[in-house]
Amino acid sequence: MDIISKLKESNLLGRGGASFPTGLKWEAVKNEKAEKKYIICNGSEGEPGVFKDKHILENYPEEVVNGIKIALQEIDNSSAYIYLNKDYFQEFKDKLEKLIEDSKITVFEKYGGYLAGEETTVCNVIEGKEPESRFKPPYPFQIGLFGFPTLINNIETFYYVSRISKNEYKNTRFYSISGDVTKRGVFEFPLDLSLEQVLRQSNNYPDFDFFVQVGGGASGEILLPDELNQPLKGVGAIIVYDKSKTDLFELMKYWAEFFNKENCDRCTPCREGAFRLLEMAKTGKIDREKLDEILLVLGETSFCPLGRSMVAPFKSLIFKLILK
Amino acid sequence: MTKDISIVIDGKNIKAQEGQSILEAARASGIDIPSLCYHPDVDNRSSCRLCLVEIKGRKGLQTACSTKVEEGMEIVSESDKINEARKANLELLFGEHRIECFDCVLQNSCRLKQLAARLKASMTKYPNRKTNYPTYQFGPALIFDSSKCIDCGNCIDVCKKQGVCFLEKQQKGDSFETMPSSNPKRDCIYCGQCLAHCPVGAFESVGEYEDIEKPFLLKDKTIIVQFAPAIRTSIGEEFGMMPGEVVTDKLVAAIRKLGVNKVFDVSVGADFTTMEEAEELVEKKKKGDTPCLSSCCPAWVKYVEFYHPEFVNHLATTRSPQVILGALIKTYFAKNEGIDPKNIVVISIMPCTAKKYEIEREELKIDGLKPVDFVLTTRELAMLFRRKGIDLKNIEPEPADDPLGIPSGAGVIYGATGGVAESALRTAFFKMTGENLVKLDLEAVRGMDEIKVAEIEVKGEKFRIAVVTGTGNAAKLLEELKQNPKAYDAIEVMACPGGCIGGGGQPLPNTPEKRKQRAEGLYQIDREKKLRLAHESPIIKKVYDEFLNNEEIRHKLCHTKYFKKNKEVNP
Repeated sequence: MDIISKLKESNLLGRGGASFPTGLKWEAVKNEKAEKKYIICNGSEGEPGVFKDKHILENYPEEVVNGIKIALQEIDNSSAYIYLNKDYFQEFKDKLEKLIEDSKITVFEKYGGYLAGEETTVCNVIEGKEPESRFKPPYPFQIGLFGFPTLINNIETFYYVSRISKNEYKNTRFYSISGDVTKRGVFEFPLDLSLEQVLRQSNNYPDFDFFVQVGGGASGEILLPDELNQPLKGVGAIIVYDKSKTDLFELMKYWAEFFNKENCDRCTPCREGAFRLLEMAKTGKIDREKLDEILLVLGETSFCPLGRSMVAPFKSLIFKLILK
Repeated sequence: MTKDISIVIDGKNIKAQEGQSILEAARASGIDIPSLCYHPDVDNRSSCRLCLVEIKGRKGLQTACSTKVEEGMEIVSESDKINEARKANLELLFGEHRIECFDCVLQNSCRLKQLAARLKASMTKYPNRKTNYPTYQFGPALIFDSSKCIDCGNCIDVCKKQGVCFLEKQQKGDSFETMPSSNPKRDCIYCGQCLAHCPVGAFESVGEYEDIEKPFLLKDKTIIVQFAPAIRTSIGEEFGMMPGEVVTDKLVAAIRKLGVNKVFDVSVGADFTTMEEAEELVEKKKKGDTPCLSSCCPAWVKYVEFYHPEFVNHLATTRSPQVILGALIKTYFAKNEGIDPKNIVVISIMPCTAKKYEIEREELKIDGLKPVDFVLTTRELAMLFRRKGIDLKNIEPEPADDPLGIPSGAGVIYGATGGVAESALRTAFFKMTGENLVKLDLEAVRGMDEIKVAEIEVKGEKFRIAVVTGTGNAAKLLEELKQNPKAYDAIEVMACPGGCIGGGGQPLPNTPEKRKQRAEGLYQIDREKKLRLAHESPIIKKVYDEFLNNEEIRHKLCHTKYFKKNKEVNP
């Protein structure tokens, strides 16, 4: 069976956060007509509490490179980049280059902040442009890097491509677990495990009153203990907060500062919304009317996914805990 | 060929063109989707997020300015959700815009205010987070008040399009701010296109509007106002008239009401410029010393002096129309009238912000006096009229004063791109052949294209002419000249789109549609004039006979020098 059929059969979803079916993405790039194509392995991992790509680079770099090589074979006239944040670039460049051998893969050092991990921004950065996101459509599979069809997958996705090609995929994923836990680290567990099971099997289920943030330490949603009977969606990270020790407005301020710093200031809702949310966090007062409006425009009118991703954390924290 | 596309907006079937945005298609069909940062001249950044629509089959709200029409697309342009989101974004924008309506260049056309009324939005829901943001001054021409800036980036884009890149985004703490570059290789050319493309009035020209009455209050002086070619078909817009409507004589009457001694027409100055520039062109062609670059546009001159000093020697040494006429007022006219030139105040009304800079150039002084003492923009004069209760629309027309108020048609079309080249060619042709062109209208150099090229044969000799608007486009031509130095004999460059009619001092908004109409108005004046050639103007002949009759004085009054320039602003 060819790799795209295998990917489809495995139901592998992208592990960068957006959970797009990998088989369909590969097929879309493969079917585009162009004189050349690009493949980007996205290792820009930059959100607090997310460190599973690093774990994979540390432990399974050969699988990642193998996954990229499979893509190079599958997609005609293609060449690839491994796009790494500054720290990962320094740490893993040499190791990766040894594994790459003479394949058409370049290890690229990312510049710019968190936003530079967003797929259209990745294209701009590799092209040497401002780290700003692009209009979508066109999508990168149509017009991506240097104007050519581009396949962008996360480090973890390429890892599993390799496993799938060898028929070794057992429907698992990686979970970064951190926060108020005793066993901070990265764990590989089945996809269908509930969040509670993930915490229990990693020996991290708290014996105190707590809540968790799931899917990244800035953009993840807040879930309460009675909401953990569901598998994890999006990027694989769980952060545990000890309720008695956590200042909710401080937490809100931490996120708002993160987004204020990391956004590109291009569109109104994200630039101004992040600023006003920070203001609310600093004053420790939630203005419901303003909050509702800001969440509306962030979710509905942001230019890129970064602005949209601000809705879940603030909405869940404020409505589940602060205004409770 | 663009393909017709059928779309549906609010249940209405609409024909759109392939490649059009939803916003453009909607506007073409009379559906007014609110927008703020959209401007047809600049690359769409889609930053304000006000032109929101719903598209069947797509998640979330979409921006109409950035979404191209597709066959069968079903669009909703008004709904509760859309209006709530527009209102919320608008209120957030007000939170970074210091409100100072009384002094705003957009007071007649402020979309922020219009949208606030339409969406019932609060202008003060959020306290202005930029209250303490700095104000920057760019030479004697422009002011940027960053406490009004809404971060749309239009000014940065248009500055980049000009090949200038003086305005840029810089990181300050956790945010990116628009500010002037401190890079020694980048400097403001004062064109004012930032001002013309700012949707919220964060830019103004120096003195706008706090200093506009000052020049008229100078006691015991002879106050003379001269108005530029491009004003007469644009200032009417400030009084509810159509763009392109010719208001020359009404304008003269209105200026007179300000209590000035004389009203002259810079188009007469343009006729002198034509005479001198045509002469230069003919000489340079004879000597094989082409190309001759036009030099009426001070922003273009600054651009060459700073960015391409290697071409300084190719700039025509002929002075610009306002400078020649100012000098003639303080010499020829002063002598005839028996007035001490020190007691004359010349005020130019210009479509331009760079003209405020031009009059400060030291080398233009005649016997220690500036040829022009003050420059007011079209907008500033309109404001002055309003303050004094002068209703331009309904005033009884009066002709400009003798002798420096009666121009040829050639002097009037200076206000549109291609006008200088056309005027100079009409006269150069006469100088070379002793005859006038049979057809005076040089259609090839007219119109709103950014680069126009024409070839004209004069007595078996070919003249290749390029007419350019936008210094960014001019840079392309200069590159071409480096490869092929004789590619053109004459190059006319105007920094602003459409020429002076699209200048930074003109009524706002400054759109392609309006520029076309303003230019058409100027060509209409030329068409309807008996006198269409600078060299046939009785005034020009008289002044050359009586006054500019020796090389020394002609050169002193009509020619200048240029210099390689170092960074002047924000060094």
